[in-house]
Amino acid sequence: MKWLAVDTSTLVLGVAILDEGRLLGEVTTHLHKNHSVRLMPTVARLMEDLDLTPQELEAIAVAGGPGSYTGVRIGYTSAKTMAWSLGIPLYSVSSLAVLAMNGFHFPGEIIPLFDARRDRVYTGLYGMDKGGVSLQLPERVINIDYWLEELKGRGPILFLGEDAIRFKERILHVLGDDAHFGLPVENIPRASALGMLAYTRFQEGAAPEPEDGAPNYLQLAEAEAKWLQKQGNGGEENGASTH
Amino acid sequence: MSKTMKSLVLGIETSCDETAAAVVEDGYLLKSNVISSQMEIHRRFGGVVPEVASRRHVERVTSIIEQALDEAKVTKEDLSAVAVTQGPGLVGALLIGVSAAKAFSFATGVPLIGVHHIAGHIYASHLVEPLRFPLVSLVASGGHTELIYMPEHNRFERLGRTRDDAAGEAFDKVARVMDLPYPGGPHIDQLAKEGSPHLNLPRSWLEPNSLDFSFSGLKSAVINLLHNSEQRGVKIEKADLAASFQASVVEVLVEKAVRATRMKGVSELVLAGGVSANSALREALAARCQEEGITLRVPPLNLCTDNAAMIAAAGSYRFRDGQFAGLDMNAIANLPLA
Ligand SMILES: [Zn+2]
Repeated sequence: MKWLAVDTSTLVLGVAILDEGRLLGEVTTHLHKNHSVRLMPTVARLMEDLDLTPQELEAIAVAGGPGSYTGVRIGYTSAKTMAWSLGIPLYSVSSLAVLAMNGFHFPGEIIPLFDARRDRVYTGLYGMDKGGVSLQLPERVINIDYWLEELKGRGPILFLGEDAIRFKERILHVLGDDAHFGLPVENIPRASALGMLAYTRFQEGAAPEPEDGAPNYLQLAEAEAKWLQKQGNGGEENGASTH
Repeated sequence: MSKTMKSLVLGIETSCDETAAAVVEDGYLLKSNVISSQMEIHRRFGGVVPEVASRRHVERVTSIIEQALDEAKVTKEDLSAVAVTQGPGLVGALLIGVSAAKAFSFATGVPLIGVHHIAGHIYASHLVEPLRFPLVSLVASGGHTELIYMPEHNRFERLGRTRDDAAGEAFDKVARVMDLPYPGGPHIDQLAKEGSPHLNLPRSWLEPNSLDFSFSGLKSAVINLLHNSEQRGVKIEKADLAASFQASVVEVLVEKAVRATRMKGVSELVLAGGVSANSALREALAARCQEEGITLRVPPLNLCTDNAAMIAAAGSYRFRDGQFAGLDMNAIANLPLA
Protein backbone atom coordinates (compact mmCIF):
# COMPACT_ATOMS: atom_id res chain seq x y z
CA MET A 1 0.00 0.00 0.00
CA LYS A 2 2.10 2.89 -1.33
CA TRP A 3 1.48 6.42 -0.11
CA LEU A 4 2.93 9.65 -1.45
CA ALA A 5 3.26 12.51 1.02
CA VAL A 6 3.99 16.11 -0.05
CA ASP A 7 4.57 19.23 2.02
CA THR A 8 5.31 22.66 0.56
CA SER A 9 3.62 24.73 3.23
CA THR A 10 6.80 26.39 4.51
CA LEU A 11 10.30 26.95 3.11
CA VAL A 12 10.77 23.20 3.43
CA LEU A 13 10.00 21.04 0.42
CA GLY A 14 9.21 17.53 1.60
CA VAL A 15 8.30 14.47 -0.45
CA ALA A 16 8.10 10.95 0.95
CA ILE A 17 6.91 7.53 -0.19
CA LEU A 18 5.67 5.12 2.45
CA ASP A 19 4.44 1.56 2.35
CA GLU A 20 1.98 0.80 5.17
CA GLY A 21 3.73 3.21 7.48
CA ARG A 22 7.21 2.01 6.46
CA LEU A 23 9.33 4.75 4.88
CA LEU A 24 10.66 3.83 1.44
CA GLY A 25 12.23 7.13 0.53
CA GLU A 26 12.20 10.79 1.38
CA VAL A 27 13.51 14.06 0.01
CA THR A 28 13.74 17.11 2.23
CA THR A 29 15.23 20.40 1.16
CA HIS A 30 15.27 23.62 3.05
CA LEU A 31 16.05 26.37 0.61
CA HIS A 32 14.65 29.65 -0.58
CA LYS A 33 13.74 27.99 -3.84
CA ASN A 34 10.57 27.87 -5.81
CA HIS A 35 8.25 25.04 -4.74
CA SER A 36 6.24 25.43 -7.95
CA VAL A 37 9.31 24.63 -10.04
CA ARG A 38 10.71 21.87 -7.84
CA LEU A 39 7.79 19.91 -6.40
CA MET A 40 6.74 17.75 -9.34
CA PRO A 41 10.28 17.01 -10.60
CA THR A 42 11.14 15.96 -7.03
CA VAL A 43 8.13 13.64 -6.86
CA ALA A 44 8.94 12.19 -10.28
CA ARG A 45 12.61 11.67 -9.40
CA LEU A 46 11.92 9.99 -6.06
CA MET A 47 9.38 7.63 -7.60
CA GLU A 48 11.78 6.80 -10.40
CA ASP A 49 14.51 6.05 -7.85
CA LEU A 50 12.11 3.70 -6.09
CA ASP A 51 11.03 2.08 -9.38
CA LEU A 52 7.45 3.12 -8.80
CA THR A 53 4.87 4.33 -11.28
CA PRO A 54 2.11 6.77 -10.35
CA GLN A 55 -0.41 3.97 -10.89
CA GLU A 56 1.09 2.05 -7.96
CA LEU A 57 0.11 4.78 -5.52
CA GLU A 58 -2.91 4.06 -3.37
CA ALA A 59 -3.32 7.35 -1.53
CA ILE A 60 -1.78 10.77 -1.25
CA ALA A 61 -1.15 12.79 1.89
CA VAL A 62 -0.67 16.54 1.87
CA ALA A 63 0.27 19.10 4.49
CA GLY A 64 -2.86 21.20 4.15
CA GLY A 65 -1.80 24.34 5.98
CA PRO A 66 -1.40 26.63 7.74
CA GLY A 67 1.75 28.16 6.29
CA SER A 68 2.67 30.32 3.33
CA TYR A 69 -0.59 30.78 1.41
CA THR A 70 1.07 30.20 -1.95
CA GLY A 71 3.18 27.31 -0.69
CA VAL A 72 0.18 25.58 0.87
CA ARG A 73 -1.78 25.95 -2.36
CA ILE A 74 0.98 24.55 -4.56
CA GLY A 75 1.16 21.41 -2.41
CA TYR A 76 -2.57 21.05 -1.98
CA THR A 77 -3.42 21.63 -5.66
CA SER A 78 -0.71 19.27 -6.88
CA ALA A 79 -1.66 16.54 -4.40
CA LYS A 80 -5.38 16.96 -5.02
CA THR A 81 -5.00 16.82 -8.79
CA MET A 82 -2.69 13.79 -8.67
CA ALA A 83 -5.15 12.00 -6.38
CA TRP A 84 -8.11 12.85 -8.58
CA SER A 85 -6.24 11.92 -11.78
CA LEU A 86 -5.30 8.53 -10.32
CA GLY A 87 -8.69 7.95 -8.71
CA ILE A 88 -7.19 7.56 -5.24
CA PRO A 89 -8.04 9.33 -1.96
CA LEU A 90 -6.35 12.48 -0.67
CA TYR A 91 -5.73 12.96 3.05
CA SER A 92 -4.93 16.42 4.35
CA VAL A 93 -3.07 16.82 7.63
CA SER A 94 -2.32 20.02 9.51
CA SER A 95 1.14 21.36 8.65
CA LEU A 96 1.56 22.17 12.34
CA ALA A 97 0.80 18.58 13.35
CA VAL A 98 3.50 17.40 10.93
CA LEU A 99 6.03 19.65 12.65
CA ALA A 100 4.79 18.58 16.11
CA MET A 101 5.67 14.96 15.18
CA ASN A 102 9.34 15.93 15.51
CA GLY A 103 8.77 16.22 19.28
CA PHE A 104 7.25 12.75 19.50
CA HIS A 105 9.51 11.61 22.37
CA PHE A 106 9.35 14.79 24.36
CA PRO A 107 7.87 14.09 27.84
CA GLY A 108 5.69 17.17 27.87
CA GLU A 109 3.62 19.25 25.52
CA ILE A 110 4.63 20.42 22.06
CA ILE A 111 4.16 23.78 20.38
CA PRO A 112 4.79 23.84 16.63
CA LEU A 113 5.03 27.39 15.41
CA PHE A 114 5.19 29.26 12.07
CA ASP A 115 5.60 33.00 11.76
CA ALA A 116 2.39 34.69 10.57
CA ARG A 117 3.96 38.19 10.46
CA ARG A 118 3.25 41.29 12.54
CA ASP A 119 4.20 39.40 15.74
CA ARG A 120 1.58 36.72 15.13
CA VAL A 121 2.15 32.99 14.82
CA TYR A 122 0.32 29.98 13.43
CA THR A 123 0.33 27.53 16.29
CA GLY A 124 -1.49 24.99 18.43
CA LEU A 125 -0.74 22.84 21.46
CA TYR A 126 0.00 19.17 20.85
CA GLY A 127 0.50 16.19 23.12
CA MET A 128 1.93 12.76 22.43
CA ASP A 129 -0.51 10.12 21.32
CA LYS A 130 -0.20 6.45 20.37
CA GLY A 131 -0.61 7.15 16.64
CA GLY A 132 1.48 10.30 16.67
CA VAL A 133 0.42 13.58 18.18
CA SER A 134 -2.99 14.95 19.13
CA LEU A 135 -4.24 18.47 19.48
CA GLN A 136 -4.73 19.73 23.05
CA LEU A 137 -5.49 23.39 22.32
CA PRO A 138 -6.96 24.41 18.94
CA GLU A 139 -4.77 25.71 16.15
CA ARG A 140 -4.94 29.44 15.72
CA VAL A 141 -3.29 32.62 14.49
CA ILE A 142 -2.35 34.57 17.58
CA ASN A 143 -0.06 37.32 18.82
CA ILE A 144 3.00 35.58 20.30
CA ASP A 145 2.74 37.44 23.63
CA TYR A 146 -0.91 36.45 24.16
CA TRP A 147 -0.03 32.88 23.27
CA LEU A 148 2.82 32.72 25.79
CA GLU A 149 0.55 34.14 28.51
CA GLU A 150 -1.89 31.33 27.80
CA LEU A 151 0.85 28.70 28.10
CA LYS A 152 2.09 29.80 31.54
CA GLY A 153 2.03 27.13 34.24
CA ARG A 154 1.50 24.12 31.94
CA GLY A 155 4.87 22.54 32.71
CA PRO A 156 7.58 21.61 30.21
CA ILE A 157 6.86 22.65 26.62
CA LEU A 158 8.90 21.93 23.51
CA PHE A 159 8.84 24.72 20.92
CA LEU A 160 9.43 23.51 17.39
CA GLY A 161 10.12 25.29 14.11
CA GLU A 162 12.76 27.64 12.81
CA ASP A 163 10.46 30.53 13.58
CA ALA A 164 10.33 29.41 17.24
CA ILE A 165 14.05 30.15 17.44
CA ARG A 166 13.36 33.70 16.28
CA PHE A 167 11.04 34.18 19.26
CA LYS A 168 13.36 32.34 21.67
CA GLU A 169 14.18 35.30 23.92
CA ARG A 170 10.54 36.23 24.38
CA ILE A 171 9.57 32.62 25.03
CA LEU A 172 12.31 32.19 27.65
CA HIS A 173 11.34 35.52 29.21
CA VAL A 174 7.78 34.34 29.89
CA LEU A 175 8.18 30.59 30.42
CA GLY A 176 11.72 30.32 31.79
CA ASP A 177 12.85 26.77 32.49
CA ASP A 178 9.61 25.27 31.19
CA ALA A 179 10.57 26.26 27.65
CA HIS A 180 12.54 23.78 25.55
CA PHE A 181 13.69 24.02 21.95
CA GLY A 182 14.26 21.51 19.21
CA LEU A 183 17.50 20.51 17.53
CA PRO A 184 17.99 22.03 14.07
CA VAL A 185 16.82 18.77 12.47
CA GLU A 186 13.70 18.75 14.65
CA ASN A 187 12.74 22.23 13.47
CA ILE A 188 12.25 21.05 9.92
CA PRO A 189 8.94 19.28 9.17
CA ARG A 190 9.32 15.88 7.52
CA ALA A 191 7.09 14.47 4.83
CA SER A 192 7.65 11.00 6.31
CA ALA A 193 5.94 12.19 9.50
CA LEU A 194 3.11 13.59 7.38
CA GLY A 195 2.72 10.23 5.67
CA MET A 196 2.65 8.41 9.00
CA LEU A 197 0.06 10.76 10.49
CA ALA A 198 -2.14 10.48 7.43
CA TYR A 199 -1.84 6.71 7.41
CA THR A 200 -2.86 6.58 11.07
CA ARG A 201 -5.88 8.79 10.35
CA PHE A 202 -6.81 6.54 7.47
CA GLN A 203 -6.61 3.44 9.70
CA GLU A 204 -8.81 5.20 12.23
CA GLY A 205 -11.37 5.65 9.45
CA ALA A 206 -10.93 9.36 8.75
CA ALA A 207 -12.69 10.64 5.64
CA PRO A 208 -10.58 11.69 2.67
CA GLU A 209 -10.77 15.26 1.37
CA PRO A 210 -13.99 16.11 -0.50
CA GLU A 211 -13.88 16.97 -4.19
CA ASP A 212 -14.09 20.73 -3.58
CA GLY A 213 -11.74 20.52 -0.60
CA ALA A 214 -9.32 23.31 0.15
CA PRO A 215 -6.35 23.96 2.43
CA ASN A 216 -6.85 25.24 5.95
CA TYR A 217 -5.27 28.71 5.97
CA LEU A 218 -6.39 29.33 9.59
CA GLN A 219 -7.37 32.85 8.60
CA LEU A 220 -9.46 34.64 6.05
CA ALA A 221 -7.96 36.52 3.15
CA GLU A 222 -7.23 40.05 4.35
CA ALA A 223 -9.72 41.65 1.98
CA GLU A 224 -12.42 39.29 3.18
CA ALA A 225 -11.69 39.95 6.87
CA LYS A 226 -11.84 43.69 6.25
CA TRP A 227 -15.06 43.38 4.32
CA LEU A 228 -16.68 41.36 7.11
CA GLN A 229 -15.49 43.85 9.69
CA LYS A 230 -17.13 46.62 7.68
CA GLN A 231 -20.37 44.62 7.76
CA GLY A 232 -20.05 44.59 11.58
CA ASN A 233 -19.34 40.89 11.65
CA GLY A 234 -16.06 40.89 13.57
CA GLY A 235 -14.04 39.33 10.76
CA GLU A 236 -13.13 36.13 12.66
CA GLU A 237 -9.43 36.93 12.62
CA ASN A 238 -8.67 34.04 14.94
CA GLY A 239 -10.81 31.45 13.22
CA ALA A 240 -10.00 28.08 14.76
CA SER A 241 -8.98 24.98 12.92
CA THR A 242 -11.60 22.74 11.49
CA HIS A 243 -9.17 19.85 11.12
CA MET B 1 -2.86 24.40 -42.76
CA SER B 2 -0.17 22.42 -44.48
CA LYS B 3 -0.06 19.55 -42.01
CA THR B 4 -3.20 17.84 -40.92
CA MET B 5 -3.48 17.49 -37.20
CA LYS B 6 -5.14 14.89 -35.05
CA SER B 7 -5.28 15.99 -31.48
CA LEU B 8 -7.45 16.11 -28.40
CA VAL B 9 -6.29 18.75 -25.98
CA LEU B 10 -7.48 19.53 -22.45
CA GLY B 11 -7.13 23.23 -21.66
CA ILE B 12 -6.91 24.75 -18.18
CA GLU B 13 -7.16 28.48 -17.47
CA THR B 14 -6.87 30.18 -14.05
CA SER B 15 -5.05 33.43 -14.83
CA CYS B 16 -7.57 35.74 -13.20
CA ASP B 17 -11.01 35.10 -11.73
CA GLU B 18 -12.40 32.31 -13.91
CA THR B 19 -11.63 28.68 -13.15
CA ALA B 20 -11.98 27.05 -16.55
CA ALA B 21 -11.33 23.78 -18.34
CA ALA B 22 -12.20 22.68 -21.87
CA VAL B 23 -11.54 20.00 -24.44
CA VAL B 24 -10.78 20.88 -28.06
CA GLU B 25 -10.28 18.42 -30.92
CA ASP B 26 -7.89 19.08 -33.82
CA GLY B 27 -7.32 22.66 -32.70
CA TYR B 28 -10.78 24.01 -33.51
CA LEU B 29 -13.57 21.61 -32.58
CA LEU B 30 -15.10 22.53 -29.23
CA LYS B 31 -15.98 19.39 -27.28
CA SER B 32 -16.62 21.10 -23.94
CA ASN B 33 -16.07 24.49 -22.37
CA VAL B 34 -16.63 24.76 -18.61
CA ILE B 35 -16.22 28.07 -16.80
CA SER B 36 -16.71 28.73 -13.11
CA SER B 37 -16.82 32.49 -12.72
CA GLN B 38 -15.94 34.22 -9.47
CA MET B 39 -17.60 37.47 -10.49
CA GLU B 40 -20.13 37.29 -7.66
CA ILE B 41 -17.41 36.68 -5.08
CA HIS B 42 -15.32 39.68 -6.15
CA ARG B 43 -18.17 42.10 -6.77
CA ARG B 44 -18.34 43.11 -3.10
CA PHE B 45 -14.65 44.09 -3.18
CA GLY B 46 -15.13 46.25 -6.30
CA GLY B 47 -12.49 44.27 -8.18
CA VAL B 48 -10.63 40.98 -8.31
CA VAL B 49 -8.78 40.24 -5.04
CA PRO B 50 -5.84 37.95 -5.94
CA GLU B 51 -5.79 35.99 -2.66
CA VAL B 52 -9.53 35.38 -2.80
CA ALA B 53 -9.27 34.32 -6.44
CA SER B 54 -6.45 31.86 -5.72
CA ARG B 55 -8.37 30.27 -2.84
CA ARG B 56 -11.41 29.75 -5.02
CA HIS B 57 -9.36 28.24 -7.86
CA VAL B 58 -7.96 25.57 -5.52
CA GLU B 59 -11.44 24.50 -4.46
CA ARG B 60 -12.84 24.30 -7.96
CA VAL B 61 -10.03 23.22 -10.23
CA THR B 62 -10.38 19.42 -10.23
CA SER B 63 -14.19 19.47 -10.39
CA ILE B 64 -14.03 21.79 -13.38
CA ILE B 65 -11.52 19.56 -15.18
CA GLU B 66 -13.67 16.53 -14.44
CA GLN B 67 -16.75 18.29 -15.79
CA ALA B 68 -14.89 19.30 -18.95
CA LEU B 69 -13.85 15.68 -19.60
CA ASP B 70 -17.34 14.37 -18.80
CA GLU B 71 -19.10 16.85 -21.07
CA ALA B 72 -16.65 16.10 -23.88
CA LYS B 73 -17.27 12.37 -23.27
CA VAL B 74 -13.55 11.65 -23.32
CA THR B 75 -11.32 9.88 -20.84
CA LYS B 76 -7.92 10.99 -19.60
CA GLU B 77 -6.33 8.27 -21.75
CA ASP B 78 -7.84 9.77 -24.93
CA LEU B 79 -6.00 13.07 -24.52
CA SER B 80 -3.00 14.09 -26.63
CA ALA B 81 -1.92 16.87 -24.29
CA VAL B 82 -2.91 19.09 -21.37
CA ALA B 83 -2.43 22.80 -22.11
CA VAL B 84 -2.45 25.39 -19.37
CA THR B 85 -2.17 29.17 -19.20
CA GLN B 86 1.38 29.80 -18.04
CA GLY B 87 1.06 33.61 -18.04
CA PRO B 88 0.56 36.49 -18.04
CA GLY B 89 -1.87 36.95 -15.17
CA LEU B 90 -2.08 36.98 -11.38
CA VAL B 91 0.80 34.75 -10.36
CA GLY B 92 -1.01 33.14 -7.40
CA ALA B 93 -3.98 32.35 -9.61
CA LEU B 94 -1.84 31.07 -12.50
CA LEU B 95 -0.01 28.77 -10.08
CA ILE B 96 -3.18 26.80 -9.39
CA GLY B 97 -3.75 25.93 -13.04
CA VAL B 98 -0.06 25.24 -13.61
CA SER B 99 0.19 23.02 -10.49
CA ALA B 100 -2.94 21.14 -11.49
CA ALA B 101 -1.79 20.66 -15.10
CA LYS B 102 1.62 19.39 -14.05
CA ALA B 103 0.13 16.98 -11.51
CA PHE B 104 -2.36 15.77 -14.14
CA SER B 105 0.41 15.31 -16.69
CA PHE B 106 2.59 13.37 -14.25
CA ALA B 107 -0.23 11.13 -13.04
CA THR B 108 -1.61 10.31 -16.49
CA GLY B 109 1.49 10.56 -18.67
CA VAL B 110 -0.31 13.06 -20.92
CA PRO B 111 2.22 15.60 -22.30
CA LEU B 112 2.23 19.10 -20.81
CA ILE B 113 2.03 22.38 -22.75
CA GLY B 114 2.29 25.96 -21.48
CA VAL B 115 0.19 28.54 -23.32
CA HIS B 116 0.44 32.32 -23.41
CA HIS B 117 -2.87 33.85 -22.36
CA ILE B 118 -2.91 36.41 -25.21
CA ALA B 119 -2.24 33.68 -27.77
CA GLY B 120 -5.26 31.94 -26.27
CA HIS B 121 -7.46 35.02 -26.74
CA ILE B 122 -6.57 35.19 -30.44
CA TYR B 123 -7.34 31.48 -30.91
CA ALA B 124 -10.87 32.01 -29.54
CA SER B 125 -11.72 33.08 -33.10
CA HIS B 126 -10.35 29.83 -34.52
CA LEU B 127 -13.06 27.93 -32.65
CA VAL B 128 -15.65 29.65 -34.86
CA GLU B 129 -13.94 29.72 -38.23
CA PRO B 130 -10.34 29.10 -39.30
CA LEU B 131 -7.86 31.90 -38.67
CA ARG B 132 -6.55 33.27 -41.99
CA PHE B 133 -2.98 34.42 -42.15
CA PRO B 134 -1.34 36.82 -42.03
CA LEU B 135 -3.53 38.60 -39.49
CA VAL B 136 -3.50 41.30 -36.89
CA SER B 137 -5.34 40.88 -33.61
CA LEU B 138 -6.51 43.53 -31.19
CA VAL B 139 -6.72 41.93 -27.75
CA ALA B 140 -8.48 44.20 -25.27
CA SER B 141 -9.63 43.14 -21.84
CA GLY B 142 -9.44 44.08 -18.18
CA GLY B 143 -5.89 42.78 -18.07
CA HIS B 144 -4.41 43.61 -21.45
CA THR B 145 -4.57 45.81 -24.54
CA GLU B 146 -2.28 44.52 -27.25
CA LEU B 147 -1.84 44.45 -31.00
CA ILE B 148 -0.40 41.17 -32.23
CA TYR B 149 0.73 40.14 -35.70
CA MET B 150 0.53 36.48 -36.72
CA PRO B 151 2.19 35.43 -40.00
CA GLU B 152 0.99 31.84 -39.50
CA HIS B 153 -0.22 29.41 -36.83
CA ASN B 154 1.65 29.51 -33.53
CA ARG B 155 3.80 32.51 -34.50
CA PHE B 156 3.27 35.83 -32.78
CA GLU B 157 4.83 39.26 -32.97
CA ARG B 158 3.79 42.00 -30.61
CA LEU B 159 3.22 45.30 -32.38
CA GLY B 160 1.89 47.35 -29.48
CA ARG B 161 0.72 47.17 -25.92
CA THR B 162 -0.68 49.43 -23.24
CA ARG B 163 1.91 51.35 -21.27
CA ASP B 164 -0.32 51.71 -18.25
CA ASP B 165 -3.97 50.72 -17.77
CA ALA B 166 -5.60 48.08 -19.95
CA ALA B 167 -8.68 49.28 -21.85
CA GLY B 168 -11.04 47.21 -19.69
CA GLU B 169 -9.29 48.44 -16.58
CA ALA B 170 -9.89 52.04 -17.70
CA PHE B 171 -13.58 51.22 -18.11
CA ASP B 172 -13.73 49.72 -14.61
CA LYS B 173 -11.85 52.61 -13.00
CA VAL B 174 -13.93 55.29 -14.68
CA ALA B 175 -17.10 53.40 -13.78
CA ARG B 176 -16.02 53.45 -10.15
CA VAL B 177 -15.43 57.21 -10.26
CA MET B 178 -18.94 57.55 -11.70
CA ASP B 179 -20.38 55.33 -8.93
CA LEU B 180 -21.43 52.63 -11.38
CA PRO B 181 -21.46 49.01 -10.18
CA TYR B 182 -18.61 46.55 -10.79
CA PRO B 183 -17.69 45.44 -13.39
CA GLY B 184 -18.02 48.85 -15.01
CA GLY B 185 -17.62 48.08 -18.72
CA PRO B 186 -21.17 46.92 -19.47
CA HIS B 187 -22.68 49.76 -17.41
CA ILE B 188 -20.72 52.44 -19.26
CA ASP B 189 -21.68 50.83 -22.58
CA GLN B 190 -25.35 50.88 -21.55
CA LEU B 191 -25.28 54.42 -20.19
CA ALA B 192 -23.37 55.76 -23.20
CA LYS B 193 -26.30 54.80 -25.47
CA GLU B 194 -28.40 57.50 -23.79
CA GLY B 195 -25.75 60.21 -23.91
CA SER B 196 -23.92 62.35 -26.43
CA PRO B 197 -20.13 62.23 -26.70
CA HIS B 198 -19.71 66.02 -26.77
CA LEU B 199 -17.48 66.41 -23.68
CA ASN B 200 -13.90 67.25 -24.51
CA LEU B 201 -11.67 64.34 -23.48
CA PRO B 202 -8.16 63.60 -24.75
CA ARG B 203 -7.08 60.88 -27.20
CA SER B 204 -3.72 59.47 -26.34
CA TRP B 205 -1.89 58.80 -29.62
CA LEU B 206 1.65 58.73 -28.17
CA GLU B 207 4.52 59.09 -30.70
CA PRO B 208 3.64 59.22 -34.41
CA ASN B 209 3.27 55.65 -35.74
CA SER B 210 3.33 54.16 -32.24
CA LEU B 211 1.03 51.20 -31.82
CA ASP B 212 1.19 51.40 -28.04
CA PHE B 213 -1.70 52.55 -25.90
CA SER B 214 -2.08 54.65 -22.79
CA PHE B 215 -5.35 55.09 -20.94
CA SER B 216 -4.33 56.51 -17.58
CA GLY B 217 -4.34 60.12 -18.86
CA LEU B 218 -7.89 59.69 -20.09
CA LYS B 219 -8.92 58.32 -16.72
CA SER B 220 -7.35 61.36 -14.98
CA ALA B 221 -9.11 63.69 -17.42
CA VAL B 222 -12.46 62.15 -16.49
CA ILE B 223 -11.71 62.58 -12.79
CA ASN B 224 -10.65 66.22 -13.32
CA LEU B 225 -13.71 66.98 -15.40
CA LEU B 226 -15.99 65.63 -12.68
CA HIS B 227 -14.07 67.44 -9.97
CA ASN B 228 -14.00 70.83 -11.74
CA SER B 229 -17.64 70.77 -12.68
CA GLU B 230 -18.53 69.90 -9.11
CA GLN B 231 -16.54 72.90 -7.87
CA ARG B 232 -18.20 75.20 -10.37
CA GLY B 233 -21.58 73.78 -9.45
CA VAL B 234 -22.19 72.56 -13.02
CA LYS B 235 -23.90 69.23 -13.37
CA ILE B 236 -22.45 66.80 -15.91
CA GLU B 237 -24.84 64.28 -17.39
CA LYS B 238 -23.47 60.85 -16.51
CA ALA B 239 -24.68 59.47 -19.81
CA ASP B 240 -22.74 62.17 -21.70
CA LEU B 241 -19.64 61.44 -19.68
CA ALA B 242 -19.94 57.70 -20.35
CA ALA B 243 -20.46 58.37 -24.08
CA SER B 244 -17.54 60.79 -24.27
CA PHE B 245 -15.15 58.52 -22.38
CA GLN B 246 -16.14 55.50 -24.43
CA ALA B 247 -15.77 57.44 -27.68
CA SER B 248 -12.21 58.34 -26.74
CA VAL B 249 -11.23 54.75 -25.95
CA VAL B 250 -12.94 53.37 -29.04
CA GLU B 251 -11.44 55.95 -31.39
CA VAL B 252 -7.89 55.13 -30.30
CA LEU B 253 -8.45 51.35 -30.36
CA VAL B 254 -9.98 51.43 -33.85
CA GLU B 255 -7.42 53.81 -35.31
CA LYS B 256 -4.41 51.88 -33.99
CA ALA B 257 -5.83 48.50 -34.97
CA VAL B 258 -6.38 49.72 -38.54
CA ARG B 259 -2.95 51.36 -38.56
CA ALA B 260 -1.42 48.00 -37.52
CA THR B 261 -3.10 46.15 -40.39
CA ARG B 262 -1.79 48.77 -42.86
CA MET B 263 1.74 48.64 -41.49
CA LYS B 264 1.77 44.87 -41.85
CA GLY B 265 -0.15 44.89 -45.13
CA VAL B 266 -2.77 42.43 -43.90
CA SER B 267 -6.51 42.35 -44.49
CA GLU B 268 -7.55 40.15 -41.55
CA LEU B 269 -8.32 41.70 -38.18
CA VAL B 270 -9.28 39.55 -35.21
CA LEU B 271 -10.89 41.18 -32.20
CA ALA B 272 -10.35 39.38 -28.91
CA GLY B 273 -10.70 39.85 -25.16
CA GLY B 274 -13.59 40.89 -22.93
CA VAL B 275 -13.71 44.48 -24.21
CA SER B 276 -14.94 43.14 -27.55
CA ALA B 277 -18.28 42.90 -25.76
CA ASN B 278 -18.47 46.70 -26.01
CA SER B 279 -21.13 47.57 -28.59
CA ALA B 280 -19.58 50.90 -29.59
CA LEU B 281 -16.24 49.23 -30.29
CA ARG B 282 -17.86 46.50 -32.36
CA GLU B 283 -19.85 49.00 -34.42
CA ALA B 284 -17.00 51.44 -34.98
CA LEU B 285 -14.55 48.70 -35.86
CA ALA B 286 -17.01 46.99 -38.22
CA ALA B 287 -17.74 50.24 -40.03
CA ARG B 288 -14.09 51.19 -40.32
CA CYS B 289 -13.01 47.74 -41.49
CA GLN B 290 -15.62 47.82 -44.20
CA GLU B 291 -14.29 51.16 -45.46
CA GLU B 292 -10.74 49.83 -45.43
CA GLY B 293 -11.52 46.47 -47.03
CA ILE B 294 -10.47 44.56 -43.93
CA THR B 295 -12.20 41.37 -42.85
CA LEU B 296 -13.10 41.70 -39.18
CA ARG B 297 -13.61 38.63 -37.02
CA VAL B 298 -15.28 38.89 -33.65
CA PRO B 299 -15.86 35.69 -31.71
CA PRO B 300 -19.06 35.31 -29.68
CA LEU B 301 -18.97 36.85 -26.24
CA ASN B 302 -18.58 33.59 -24.28
CA LEU B 303 -15.33 32.97 -26.14
CA CYS B 304 -14.10 36.59 -25.82
CA THR B 305 -13.92 36.55 -22.05
CA ASP B 306 -11.42 34.25 -20.32
CA ASN B 307 -12.03 30.57 -21.05
CA ALA B 308 -10.03 27.37 -21.41
CA ALA B 309 -11.22 26.44 -24.91
CA MET B 310 -9.05 29.19 -26.33
CA ILE B 311 -6.10 27.85 -24.31
CA ALA B 312 -6.72 24.33 -25.62
CA ALA B 313 -6.96 25.66 -29.19
CA ALA B 314 -3.71 27.62 -28.95
CA GLY B 315 -2.14 24.65 -27.16
CA SER B 316 -3.12 22.35 -30.03
CA TYR B 317 -0.76 24.23 -32.34
CA ARG B 318 2.05 24.04 -29.84
CA PHE B 319 1.30 20.31 -29.73
CA ARG B 320 1.49 20.19 -33.53
CA ASP B 321 4.90 21.87 -33.34
CA GLY B 322 6.13 19.63 -30.52
CA GLN B 323 6.50 22.46 -28.01
CA PHE B 324 6.12 20.62 -24.74
CA ALA B 325 6.93 21.76 -21.22
CA GLY B 326 8.68 19.92 -18.40
CA LEU B 327 7.40 19.30 -14.88
CA ASP B 328 9.55 22.25 -13.81
CA MET B 329 7.36 24.69 -15.72
CA ASN B 330 6.52 27.73 -13.62
CA ALA B 331 3.72 30.27 -13.74
CA ILE B 332 5.06 33.60 -15.01
CA ALA B 333 3.11 36.77 -14.23
CA ASN B 334 4.61 38.76 -17.12
CA LEU B 335 5.35 35.97 -19.59
CA PRO B 336 6.52 37.38 -22.94
CA LEU B 337 4.71 36.33 -26.11
CA ALA B 338 7.06 34.73 -28.62
ZN1 LIG C 1 -7.84 37.44 -20.67
